[in-house]
Amino acid sequence: MGRKILFVTTDQQRYDALGCNGGMIARTPVVDGLAAQGIRYERAHPQSVVCMPSRSTMLTGQHPSTHGVWMNGITLPTDAPSVASLLKDAGYRTALVGKAHFQPFLDPFGRFEENRAGQPSVAGAHRGFDHFESATHGAMGPLDYAQWIQANHPEAAGMFYPVLDGNLEVNAMGGGDTGAPQVHHNAIEREWYHTDWVADRTISWLDSLSVDDDWFCWMSFPDPHHPWDPPASEVSRVPWKDVPLPAGYPTDAAERERLLDAKPRHWKAWYDGSLVSNYEAPLDWVPATMTADQVREVNARNAVECELIDEALGRVLAAIAARGWDDDVDVIFTTDHGELQGDFGLLFKGPYHVDGLMRLPLVWRPAPSAAAGSLAPSTVTRPVGLVDLAPTFAQIAGLAPAEWMEGKALPIDDADADARGFERVLTEWDSELFGVDVHVRSITRDGWLCTTYLPGHSHDGSEGELYDLHDDPLQRVNRWDDPAVASVRSDLLADLWDHQPAQVRPLRGLEAPV
Amino acid sequence: MYGTVRQDIRIHRPAEEVWALAGDPARLHEWFPGIDDCSVDGNRRTITTGSGLPLPEEILTNDSVLRRFQYRLDLPIITHHCGTIDVIDLHDETCLVVYSTEADPRTMALAIGGGTRGALHELKRLLELDPRKDQD
Repeated sequence: MGRKILFVTTDQQRYDALGCNGGMIARTPVVDGLAAQGIRYERAHPQSVVCMPSRSTMLTGQHPSTHGVWMNGITLPTDAPSVASLLKDAGYRTALVGKAHFQPFLDPFGRFEENRAGQPSVAGAHRGFDHFESATHGAMGPLDYAQWIQANHPEAAGMFYPVLDGNLEVNAMGGGDTGAPQVHHNAIEREWYHTDWVADRTISWLDSLSVDDDWFCWMSFPDPHHPWDPPASEVSRVPWKDVPLPAGYPTDAAERERLLDAKPRHWKAWYDGSLVSNYEAPLDWVPATMTADQVREVNARNAVECELIDEALGRVLAAIAARGWDDDVDVIFTTDHGELQGDFGLLFKGPYHVDGLMRLPLVWRPAPSAAAGSLAPSTVTRPVGLVDLAPTFAQIAGLAPAEWMEGKALPIDDADADARGFERVLTEWDSELFGVDVHVRSITRDGWLCTTYLPGHSHDGSEGELYDLHDDPLQRVNRWDDPAVASVRSDLLADLWDHQPAQVRPLRGLEAPV
Repeated sequence: MYGTVRQDIRIHRPAEEVWALAGDPARLHEWFPGIDDCSVDGNRRTITTGSGLPLPEEILTNDSVLRRFQYRLDLPIITHHCGTIDVIDLHDETCLVVYSTEADPRTMALAIGGGTRGALHELKRLLELDPRKDQD
């Protein structure tokens, strides 16, 4: 009997959303407890800051340039490499419960099997998962959670915020007390909300296993991704008027604009409403109109969703303990990408490679039985990536990393990181949408974050961003053109291009916007 | 807001053979993944998607000389739609098939356009695999 793996992901969660990372709004005692027993990573980055490419990286252990999911709306082929398949072949029972998003959700012809409730699990292993139950941010459509709501609680199906508007764009409609976009009063019972459903279905699957089974379960919560519509019964946990404004939100409009003007031009163009370069941001929302109170309310709702996830995880861990597995289970908690959540006066996500979107929560609590006497709780400050997850799962299972994996098993402390060459982490962005293309490559190493823009709609290839993460933790001072750090910039760019995987060509075509 | 998407593919079969399948409005389901059935009545066509949803369409153009087929989806959510299939003879026993989608709202152009790319690949696969497919 080997080590079992509970892989927990959220969607669009910031590093500072957890108490163990210094977060002061949401109470997250369960994840904080795992961090206290295990390893907390302070510089974990995604390889893409949107869902489909990032989730594909988790599954394949490859950068987007390699797995080919270069933007949302590109499918990951069903025969793409999968760490779940590797584990299944080694005898593990495997499941994915919750948000997958390896194929587009907007699927008018019903072409994608992951949009057919129950089909993948009925058909047998899908991407290496024996069991596959799907959910996303609402209760409409064909996914398993939506079908469950429609069958069991149909009155709740229309209670969620409509993620898309009548034009099928990301909805800009405001709600709550402040009119903040994607904030909504959701009268759904807490027990029917997708966070609890994901935990319930995970527990149900675990209960179906033999006590001697080795298993890998990816429990994938759709929250705290917008819409911010947690069950109304829970909203009073975090009164928005008491929520402090985030450090990354400059309260003075002139200050916000000065900061944005020092960055490549698409930043300010989005802020002032002259350019929405990517589908993930509402087309009809102008960030410059956002008020401080709206930032507070978004952060409060987000914190409520983070607390519900933490409590749901606690229930699953209790169920694991009840099966007698607690000492044999590795728990890894992370997310696919961050959320701007008020930084620079912005919300949501896009081609903006700063900590709000790139610095992720990542906690690994190794199985106590495996770690006994040999592993002390630690904090890793060296850069790691989601690309390192798949080889970590392989290592936990006692397997060599597959040759198609591009990362390395996560380090257990900084000494281990230094010994095994965790020097840099890369993040990339490509998008093409109705004549607007943006292409970005970033490297984080030696306490610097360096981003270069390739030629595109708004960039001529000369633009970039360079931040000293130690002296400028909010990335307010762009030193790209600072002669005093010209050699830092050139060294980082050389290192970026030395290590950037070649992009698989031809690029796969866009199937849908998301 | 309008959006347009254009897909194209070169098929190593004569244009008239390709047109015989691509230009037949009753046979769309044979090569468009996600469309399970079609029925044609005059200038009206109803397609049934893989999710069981029937979608009514109006046939706008079916020009066998120009080898152009045009149609529009007739749905309340779509303010405007025009799908155009052109089979262009390259005069070397091959042809270029261009499948264009314009739609308002623009997002629908992307969602349909993703399907049309898959359709062109299936059309090529079918015809290059079995050049007599048009005679089935």
